[in-house]
Amino acid sequence: MPSPIIRAQRLSKTVQSGDAPLTILDDVTFDVGDGETLAIVGASGSGKTTLLGLLAGLDDPTSGDVMLDNVALTTLDQDGRAALRQRLLVFVFQSFQLLPALTALENVMLPLELAGVPDATPRAREWLARVGLAKRTHHHPRQLSGGEQQRVAIARAFASDPKILMADEPTGNLDNATGVEIAQLMFRLNREHGTTLLLVTHDVTIASRCERRISLAAGRLVADERCEPPASCKLSASRCA
Amino acid sequence: MQTFRLALRLAARDWRAGELRVLIVAIMLAVASVGTVAFFADRVKQGLARQANLLLGADLMVSGDHPLPDVYASEAKALGLATSPAIRFNSMIAQADVKDANAVLTDVKAVTQGYPLRGSVTLVDPASGEKRAARGIPGVGEAWIDTRLADRTGAHVGSKLAVGDATLTVSEIIAQEPEIAGLTFAPGPKLLINLHDVPATHLLTPGNRATWRLLVAADKSGELDRYRTFVAAHIEPGQRVESVRDLRPEVRQTLERAERFLGLSALVAVLLAAVAVALAASRYLRRHLDAAAMFRCFGARVSQTLALFVIQFVVFGIAASAVGLVAALIGQELLAALLAGAVVTTLPSPSYMPAVAALATGIALLFGFALPPLVALANVPPLRVLRRDLPRPRASALLAYACGVATIALLVGWQAREAQAAGIMLAGVAGLLVAAGVLAWLLLALLRRVPARGVSWRFGLANLRRRALASSLQIGALALGLTALLLLTVVRGDLLRDWRASLPPDAPNQFLVNVLPDQVVDARGWLAQRLGVDPQFKPMVRGRLVELNGAPLDVSHYEDTRARRLAQREFNLSWTDTLPIGNRVVDGHFWSSSARGADAGISLEEGIAKTLGVKVGDRLTFDAGGIRISAPVTSTRKVDWDSFRVNFFALFAPGALDRLPATYIAAFRAPQGDVRWLSGLVQRYPNILSIDVAEILAQVQSIVERVARAVEFVFLFTLAGGLLVLQAAIASTQDERKFDAAIVRTLGASRAQLRGAHAAEFLLLGALAGFLGAVGATAIGWALADRVFNIPFTGNALVFVYGIVGGALAVLCAGWLGTRETVREPPLRVLRELG
Repeated sequence: MPSPIIRAQRLSKTVQSGDAPLTILDDVTFDVGDGETLAIVGASGSGKTTLLGLLAGLDDPTSGDVMLDNVALTTLDQDGRAALRQRLLVFVFQSFQLLPALTALENVMLPLELAGVPDATPRAREWLARVGLAKRTHHHPRQLSGGEQQRVAIARAFASDPKILMADEPTGNLDNATGVEIAQLMFRLNREHGTTLLLVTHDVTIASRCERRISLAAGRLVADERCEPPASCKLSASRCA
Repeated sequence: MQTFRLALRLAARDWRAGELRVLIVAIMLAVASVGTVAFFADRVKQGLARQANLLLGADLMVSGDHPLPDVYASEAKALGLATSPAIRFNSMIAQADVKDANAVLTDVKAVTQGYPLRGSVTLVDPASGEKRAARGIPGVGEAWIDTRLADRTGAHVGSKLAVGDATLTVSEIIAQEPEIAGLTFAPGPKLLINLHDVPATHLLTPGNRATWRLLVAADKSGELDRYRTFVAAHIEPGQRVESVRDLRPEVRQTLERAERFLGLSALVAVLLAAVAVALAASRYLRRHLDAAAMFRCFGARVSQTLALFVIQFVVFGIAASAVGLVAALIGQELLAALLAGAVVTTLPSPSYMPAVAALATGIALLFGFALPPLVALANVPPLRVLRRDLPRPRASALLAYACGVATIALLVGWQAREAQAAGIMLAGVAGLLVAAGVLAWLLLALLRRVPARGVSWRFGLANLRRRALASSLQIGALALGLTALLLLTVVRGDLLRDWRASLPPDAPNQFLVNVLPDQVVDARGWLAQRLGVDPQFKPMVRGRLVELNGAPLDVSHYEDTRARRLAQREFNLSWTDTLPIGNRVVDGHFWSSSARGADAGISLEEGIAKTLGVKVGDRLTFDAGGIRISAPVTSTRKVDWDSFRVNFFALFAPGALDRLPATYIAAFRAPQGDVRWLSGLVQRYPNILSIDVAEILAQVQSIVERVARAVEFVFLFTLAGGLLVLQAAIASTQDERKFDAAIVRTLGASRAQLRGAHAAEFLLLGALAGFLGAVGATAIGWALADRVFNIPFTGNALVFVYGIVGGALAVLCAGWLGTRETVREPPLRVLRELG
């Protein structure tokens, strides 16, 4: 296994729900190797999104720690974590999360501009071309279809040349055919760039394209499976099941 | 730098999306409102300062009610100062060789060579309109008249003018003359003559309030100071020193009060703009949560995220303030035009200080009311990108209130300059807003009981009730603006009309003053014969209050400038055996009709007694031309001044003032329009002055009109503020409205029905605000009628009609503009975006 870029160590998350504490994540430990593709699967409410939030340092665990590229997140304040995210990781969301006031090009440029990258515009343009939207650069999100919006989000994610890509149900808001198309695009780019991919999904077809799959149930890690070689994983659930 | 560029790009995008429109307009309005008044006040003040010595015509002026002792002139000469004596008095002036010529009460100034020592008299060539500075003064036998006197007497260059017993020839027309009267309201026509012609006029009788002046100018200020010290040591009661430094404090004070009042009026608009900014900023917070969370998710630090938003706001704030400033420059020109002539004739260009003040207002508003939401925005948890159900961050209430209250206190304090006035102002506006809000809330509760027919009405009403707090705030803000406007338009007109109607129809319209004792019998006969009137001629003696209870009167202990002025001025004293009509004794006893002499005491008018702090039993000593009269105050009287009868502040019993030089005054009603009798009277008695009450009333009214129009203009900003709060409130509920509209439309409602519902909501909102505005204007109108004018108040139903219809229509238009988008968008898209 390649050296771990993400280490989740005994992660737990408990929230107060009414009078009783509610455990959302319970003692979850696993490593993710550099360049690995990992699917986090589980039923609704199993703690997938909470886990993703903790891994990205967007939320604080009740106990346990996360190491991102050998840096313990608990040692960092909010701004430190933000700086670490800027250096390491990007997101693709179920609801695309494009800013409606910005054009496709401006949306892709945004993280580059926040990071102070000097050639943000040509880089964003190039990435839009790579996801097949060269002619849609000046369209606003509302003028784009769902699939096109997710392509913009993927271009935005890869444009900052991240080490880690975290995707939260990236095809959840798309129809089947478009979902397949988007998944293919994401995996292709991931392969080309050797990015570590963490994917939260319901979709077994997409999960099956990952090298590894961990399953959550009621906040506990119940399975950690490997599926080799990933290239041979066709778009069918049976091969990896 | 990168953050700055990014912020600018984001700002440009927000601008395109129209996200900050309300905020920008609110800042513009606040800056325009404060700037307009500040620029105007600055110009007036600058005008005063710059023209001060030109207006005085000298560096220093000694003046007195009687001829000045020679020591003033001789000391000035000894110090090497330039001097020029002058006399100023009033007289009726008419053309000498024209039958039934129009006689005009004129401000006459008799001057000597060298006048004016500072500045110059500007002459105008009536044919070409060309202006030039005069060289010298009118020659002996010559008269220079100003354009107003030329207009009113019909005189021109070459005309003969009767000035008392003298006949002078008009040789020049004056366009402008250095004179303090240029700064006062409604200056009368002016005539400039040579001092050597004065004796021949025989006009300087005891009753004529002439002022003897000595104009002084120095090359070095040290000499002037030495002279000032000399004068201060020799000055006697009835004499004054005026210099640029202490020029007409009452003029300055009046202007400062006016400035403060207009400034506070402008501030009402600023307060409403603040509400709009707060609403707009909280809407901005809601709409940018996702963006802020994204920034944080992409690795932006809290400070960077805050900087991104703050830079945007500052850019918009400065741009909006700049536009507001341009609007203020235009606004102050309009204000100056509205008040033209009422204050000063020519105004210098505005300085940059008001611009700084107005800009500071804009920026203060922006940060006071927008910063707390922005801080909350920058602190949005980045987890929101994954969990949209997270509770929205809210601006820290403490921070928000502290910022808002501090900003408002700062702005109000700056405008009012006195803690008390600022407090009253804040409490007043807050009280009005709260009262209007509570009333609005009650009315909305009442509406709940009214069965609504039709889907649109029901939906519209439901909208108002659902947002009861916001609706009440909007109604309150609008009602405030409408109250101000209705008060100044409809109610003001009603009050003036009622007041005029309350004057008795036989109220005198002419006063004759300066009638000499030996002219009384003859003048009475003449008036009876010519006009069929037999007015009572009342004696009048001018005397100065010099002692109070045996101690010399110390003017400096009066803090009130009015009291100080009254105490310094000469009183009109009179005597009578009976209590005059329209007078009522409020304290003490009035003497019996057989009482004679000073022992019967003095009856003092209640108001002046209060101002001077004099009570029944106090002993007053008056000095009239060197003769002293001392008597106790035996009664105070309430006087009905509105009757326009002749009344006096201080009355004595017959015989008390016999040793003093008296003139007589009479009031009577002359036929309106026909003033030919006046020229006859002036020819017969050149020393008598006639004062036309109608003319004075017309002048006062024209000033009131102009000032009211200026205030109205400033209150327009208030109404705009109210409309802006409405817009901000509509904008802040826009997403909610869109979502509702989308759901209702998927359930089968037509666009027309939705528009109908919105129309119903806004019509109601506007009508309620209009109703409350009318209630407010009527209540203030009643208070003014009852307390200020002392007339019975007659309400005007039209106030309610204008208020309700005007309010409903204005809000309907504003509301339609604000919500037309919500109905247009396809429901599915709305549900997907906002769901």
